[in-house]
Amino acid sequence: MSFGHLPYDVAHLLGGGVLLLSFVLLYQRRIGAVINAFAMQGTLLALAAAWQGYVQGAPGLYLTAVLALAAKGVLIPLALHAIVRRLDLHRTVETALGIGPSLVAGVGLVGLAILVVLPATEGARALAREDLALALSVVLLGMLMMISRRNAISQVIGLLSLENGLILAAIGVAGMPLVVELSTAALVLMVAVVAAVFAFQIRERFDTLDTHHLEEHRGERR
Amino acid sequence: MLTVLVLLVGALAALGGAAMPLARSAAGARLVHAGCVAAGVVLAAGGLAGLLGGPAALELPFGPPWGPARLALDALSSWFLLPLGIAVACASLFALGGVHGAVPARELVPWPLFVAGMALTLLAADGFTLLLGFEAMSLASWVLVAHDHAQAENRRAARIYLVFAGFGGLALILACGLMAGGAGDVAFAAFRDAPPEGWRAAAVLALVLAGAGSKAGLAPLHVWLPLAHPAAPSHVSAVMSGAMTKVALYVLARFVFDLMGPAQPFWLGAPLIALGAASAVIGALRANLEEDTKTLLACSTIENVGLIAIGLGLALAFRGADLPALAALAAGAALLHVLNHAVFKTLLFLAAGEVLHGALSRRIDRLGGLIHRMPWTAWAALAGVAAAAALPPLSGFASEWLLLQALLSAWRVGDLAFQMGAAAATALAALATALAAAAMVRFWGLVFLGRPRTPRAAGAEESGGAVRIALVVPAVLTVLLGLVPGLMLDLAEPALRLMAGAAAPRADLLAVGAAEGGARYWPILVAALVAAAIGLVVWLVRRRAPAGVARGPAWDCGFMAPPHHLPFGDPATQPSAAGFGQPLRRMLGESLLAAREGVAMPPPGDTRPAVLESGFHDPALAALEGPLPRWREALATQAEKLRDLSIRQCLGLTFGAVVLMLALLAWLEGR
Repeated sequence: MSFGHLPYDVAHLLGGGVLLLSFVLLYQRRIGAVINAFAMQGTLLALAAAWQGYVQGAPGLYLTAVLALAAKGVLIPLALHAIVRRLDLHRTVETALGIGPSLVAGVGLVGLAILVVLPATEGARALAREDLALALSVVLLGMLMMISRRNAISQVIGLLSLENGLILAAIGVAGMPLVVELSTAALVLMVAVVAAVFAFQIRERFDTLDTHHLEEHRGERR
Repeated sequence: MLTVLVLLVGALAALGGAAMPLARSAAGARLVHAGCVAAGVVLAAGGLAGLLGGPAALELPFGPPWGPARLALDALSSWFLLPLGIAVACASLFALGGVHGAVPARELVPWPLFVAGMALTLLAADGFTLLLGFEAMSLASWVLVAHDHAQAENRRAARIYLVFAGFGGLALILACGLMAGGAGDVAFAAFRDAPPEGWRAAAVLALVLAGAGSKAGLAPLHVWLPLAHPAAPSHVSAVMSGAMTKVALYVLARFVFDLMGPAQPFWLGAPLIALGAASAVIGALRANLEEDTKTLLACSTIENVGLIAIGLGLALAFRGADLPALAALAAGAALLHVLNHAVFKTLLFLAAGEVLHGALSRRIDRLGGLIHRMPWTAWAALAGVAAAAALPPLSGFASEWLLLQALLSAWRVGDLAFQMGAAAATALAALATALAAAAMVRFWGLVFLGRPRTPRAAGAEESGGAVRIALVVPAVLTVLLGLVPGLMLDLAEPALRLMAGAAAPRADLLAVGAAEGGARYWPILVAALVAAAIGLVVWLVRRRAPAGVARGPAWDCGFMAPPHHLPFGDPATQPSAAGFGQPLRRMLGESLLAAREGVAMPPPGDTRPAVLESGFHDPALAALEGPLPRWREALATQAEKLRDLSIRQCLGLTFGAVVLMLALLAWLEGR
């Protein structure tokens, strides 16, 4: 299975779509658009998982796909929209690193991921290699988003998008037990829930979700 | 016997584990210390059996991943088991007597582990086991040094000790690696099959000197000793001084005499002699200046370790120059001093500990006149002090006399530079011995004679029971070992054959001699003469004294009567510790120990009194550290800034590290 075969091409297309949406996440200036882009990424991920389930003949992956679609594609974005409405947030994204520089950095990170993964996985299946490179890029872009945004909601989305990358890596590798995938997903979801609770608390105390304001209240200052 | 000893090491480790729950009650703590007393006795008996029986070897069914742990008991390790066993038994007995309630676990748990580490080091027959034991010993003793960490000076002592221990362990690891060469087999048998030559031999010697020497307290790596010994509990400092430095010397002897093979040039002994002479002089001089009893004794340990190192170096040089009889003489002196010093230094540290317990101070200026309140301690300490001052017929004299004989024969090595160096070393060793005698007079005289300098010293109380036994046993051993050095040399013969390839020159059973027809020393005869002289003096004094004893007030050298608020007399009318050491500080301290003295005179019109300030500091630590403290300070200041980073910046650091690692990986793959 390599370039030119249908299973490979479709998997490649879907993985590339997930990566592309990571970039879309990076350059959105409005928070509603960020959430929508994240929902699309979750949907694409669900499709990728379903396609892999079909290609590998692993019915467990269909479950992953359904879960991803339900949680990432529908529920979490709806919840985030609700939060934004309820808290009456600024609808703009407050960036710490400008949009342009973040995109340049993102391109660099993708290049780095390809440089690392392709030589390291020599001898593995072409699909797995491409998939791993795409997944690592998505993970790195998620991290980049976490550090380049000031708003707590954007940071949570960065974390969830990072987890999308992990799932993408997991579904690309044949034989990864379902338990591992599910527990990883559950773990990140829990972290997201905790982060959301914190976001509410921060909002209540400081009337903002900009984490920058927390720094004035840290102990042990010299 | 080896099996018993190995089982004992295991049992001690298990006892260390069990000490955690046992530390909650006094009975449990006593049980642990009683176990260690028994272990000490078994260790000493194992040493005797190893010397009288033959060598033994054992491969444990477990060990490091690449092979079994190898253990062996030969003459050299057997001989070093003797001081270890005696010191551990006496110190544990002392600790047993000092238990009056629950003991903190951090003080009780490391003690059996410490003993087990030392025993394992002596029994090891491959580099890995040796280092395992050595490091266990270092770490356990570090915990004991740090036990009273509430005080800043103890924390500093423990920190410096840990740095030196880590440095020593690192040097020994490198030495083992260098010995193993490319094959990587760390068994002692493999080391012996491929002895290092040329620069490799010199490098191994330098590394072993740095590793074992820093543990033993050879100059200039001796700085931790005077800091760590006062910080540890008394029974621990006794064993650290009496046994742990000897275990380090064993590692040194094991490497240079056994593992590096007999075909080494004579100049390999020169660094040992030079460092030994330097340690002896610096240690003895510092012992004359220190004002803390345990620090003073630790400095005296540096001096004695220096003397032993001179003996080992001479033996190495004589062996390289193909003079086996003289090599055996020097090695015999060193081995004998190892045993003698272990016994009398254990005794002295325990006595200092009992003084600390009874009079509640280690500072000489707060003690005095304790012979009235603590007679057992005083007389036992007198035996140890006399041995440390190398007075015949006690044990210290026999070994130091033999060492001096060996030094005086050093001209037989036909190299002019070596002869000159040996002559200088002889002078330095003699100087160190004299300085040690002065230091011991100062120690015993100021602590036990005169009048109490504080009310607490006047009300000192002596413990009985186990503590008293723990003081009397090494005192008796000190006297006995002094009377039969010939017998001990006979006992050490297998070890001497292993080290020097020959037996020590035989005198008869009751004497030791330098060579056939050379100088002889009959300790029992000397003891009889000394006893007769003392008896005569006592008899004469008694005869001429008027009947009945009348006690009057001590003459206060013409000072006026003490004021009412000083019911025990003005302390200033007695010599102080600093005052007693002043002549030596002025003579030798200014050049060697950066001693200073000056009068701070207030300006005219100021009502403050003029103050005479004097002091000294050992320049070794500052010289060893160099600019390191400044660099550490700068680095710490930079690192402190990390704490002010925001959450996003912290995440960014992690992210940056991940990206950096990935870039490194990509670069490595691309090459």
